[in-house]
Amino acid sequence: MDIDALAGCLASPACLVTQTTSGLIIGMLLFLVAVGLTLIFGVLKVVNFSHGAFYMFGAYFAMTAYQLSESFALAMLCGAAGTAILGLIFERVFMSRVYGADVLMQLLVCYAFVLIFDDVVRMVWGPEFKSMGMPSAFQVPPLFIAGGVVPPYYLLLIGVALAAAMVLGLGLARTRIGKVIRAAAHNPGMVSALGINTGLIYGGVFALGGMLAGLAGALAAPVRSLTPGMGFSVLIESFIVTVIGGMGSILGALVGALLIGLIRSFGSLGFPLFTEGLMYLFMVIVLVSRPSGLFGKEVA
Amino acid sequence: MTRTRQPGISRRATLAVMGAGAVTIAAPWVVRAQTKTIKIGMPTILSGRVAQLGTSSRNAVLLEVEKVNAAGGLAGRQIEMVIRDSKGQPQEAARVARELVNTDGCEVLFDAEASSGSFAVHEVARDLGVLCIHTCSEASSLTADPKQHLPNAFRCVRQGIHDSIVGGSYAAAIAKAKGLKKWATCSPDYAYGRDTTGEFALYLKRFAPDVEIISESWPKLFQPDYTEVVTKILQAKPQALYTCLWGGDLTSYIDQANIYALFTQMELFAVNMADYTALTVVKNLPKGIHSGNRYIKTFPKTPENAAWGDAYRAKYNEYPTNWSWQNATAVMLLTEAAKKANSTDGKKVAEALRGLTIKCPFGADGTVTMRAEDNTLVGYAIGWGTTIPQEPYVPEVKAGDWKTIFELEAEWKKSKGYT
Repeated sequence: MDIDALAGCLASPACLVTQTTSGLIIGMLLFLVAVGLTLIFGVLKVVNFSHGAFYMFGAYFAMTAYQLSESFALAMLCGAAGTAILGLIFERVFMSRVYGADVLMQLLVCYAFVLIFDDVVRMVWGPEFKSMGMPSAFQVPPLFIAGGVVPPYYLLLIGVALAAAMVLGLGLARTRIGKVIRAAAHNPGMVSALGINTGLIYGGVFALGGMLAGLAGALAAPVRSLTPGMGFSVLIESFIVTVIGGMGSILGALVGALLIGLIRSFGSLGFPLFTEGLMYLFMVIVLVSRPSGLFGKEVA
Repeated sequence: MTRTRQPGISRRATLAVMGAGAVTIAAPWVVRAQTKTIKIGMPTILSGRVAQLGTSSRNAVLLEVEKVNAAGGLAGRQIEMVIRDSKGQPQEAARVARELVNTDGCEVLFDAEASSGSFAVHEVARDLGVLCIHTCSEASSLTADPKQHLPNAFRCVRQGIHDSIVGGSYAAAIAKAKGLKKWATCSPDYAYGRDTTGEFALYLKRFAPDVEIISESWPKLFQPDYTEVVTKILQAKPQALYTCLWGGDLTSYIDQANIYALFTQMELFAVNMADYTALTVVKNLPKGIHSGNRYIKTFPKTPENAAWGDAYRAKYNEYPTNWSWQNATAVMLLTEAAKKANSTDGKKVAEALRGLTIKCPFGADGTVTMRAEDNTLVGYAIGWGTTIPQEPYVPEVKAGDWKTIFELEAEWKKSKGYT
């Protein structure tokens, strides 16, 4: 425990800026993965244990597109679009068959695909770790804001994630499709009776969730090493985020992810040997005080 | 009263049947021992995040075995490698090792596991008495600790303590020359990371007493994001940073630290950087990273080493790794020991291995030795240098002095209560 270091940082604007942006970066990437997870759970009532694989595919798709085109924008697009298509196929061909099954069966199917997807990546891209490399446009010195260090690439990353959060939030709240999705989450039988194709909605939501995870993977690709199985550790943290924020709540995923990011960022200064523990401790506190999460709906 | 024989099987007949059964069960062993082919079992990591290291171990072994078989085999017997995936899990490594001996009839084990798996395979070797050569574990205690000593187990691997002594001495010289007094460390939070970092710091301070470690970071193994670690180091403002992160973790860390321009603000000492797996993957490798050698075909700078690296690359279309040279050396040592013993009998080969010196492309002076006192490899090429972003990656490597290594290693063993 190094409370002096933590107190010193809180008193220093430079440190405060650096550590806060560091927390935002960690949180925003987590948010993109966790929001897809929570969206799929909210609408389909499925805990998508294979969600980390979409993050992995997003990173690999982006790397391949970048190597072929050297266009960062195209790489991001391919990462997101590729995983959206993959998500749609996965949902229509496999997951849609186990909606009526018990949770154990759904988990088994998802876990089987975690292994299958990892092997597919191993066969296509090889077992060794890979690196996409930072696009030359972002190979620039970091910015100094109030003495704090902020890399320009991370500003983009935060911006993209925030934009995704806003589009998603507004889209679900204000658009007709959003209303239909919310209605399908609440009462799929009634939505179906009204002549709306619920299968299409489910497929679309799964594709959207996969796309968000894929976008997170694509954004992470320039700064993280790519290996088969890389989605697993992200998935664990995403589950923590969704549990803290409340399963099914998009706002909860955003707040949960940012809290986890800040806990890790400032926790590494004050509690260097207990940073991971802090995350779980916080989750336990939330679960004890609000079992359905910070923004989850209480079950009657 | 007279005892009458009960109908059924007598005790004598039962014993005879049991005896015959035992002979029948044992018979395959006798037959196996006499067969022309000798099977060598090899549990290693062929799946998961470090599969590349296991694959490169397998490749190196097969490259050498091909040569041995072409030259007549191991004391006249052709080698058949039986290689299995342990998935990097110690319990699986132990299970696979046991199965390789008991079911597949392997007479020798090459334990190509990371440290955690090696200790598990070591116990299998203790239990079965099979000749076992550890080819990947760098944890010093595996052979330094007398409690671990087995007459049938050998380590054909570089060692953490050797690297730390050479690294500490090299880093101290630079620290003195450049006035680097404030140091930070950032290493993975498991036995290898903690031990290696502790030993490096020990020798750094020994050779440069003014040095102070002002910040320590212990990210978990395979952590995807190091942002908070990078910014923590930025806050501490050290003049130099030591890390024993490796593989994908090291490349991720460098990519993430690069965008904070971390390495323009301090000297980086990364013991595991100078391995082709890491060197060729990092797209924006900063110039001037100090690193220990892992496998580099230009160190030792000999035609034999360069030829071996080229032959490996020609066959597998990729560079060898640190695990590759160690596994290749294990085959070379085993072959020479069998030749010396004129036998493939495990006990005789083990006896011949103890203290054996062979010509080897990876030796500091063209030879390596299986030290008799603790059954561990010494005399291999070991050194530190600075990296450049293209071939030959580490143009100049300052070789470690084995005389100093032996002296300090003996002191270290004493301090640990090993001698």
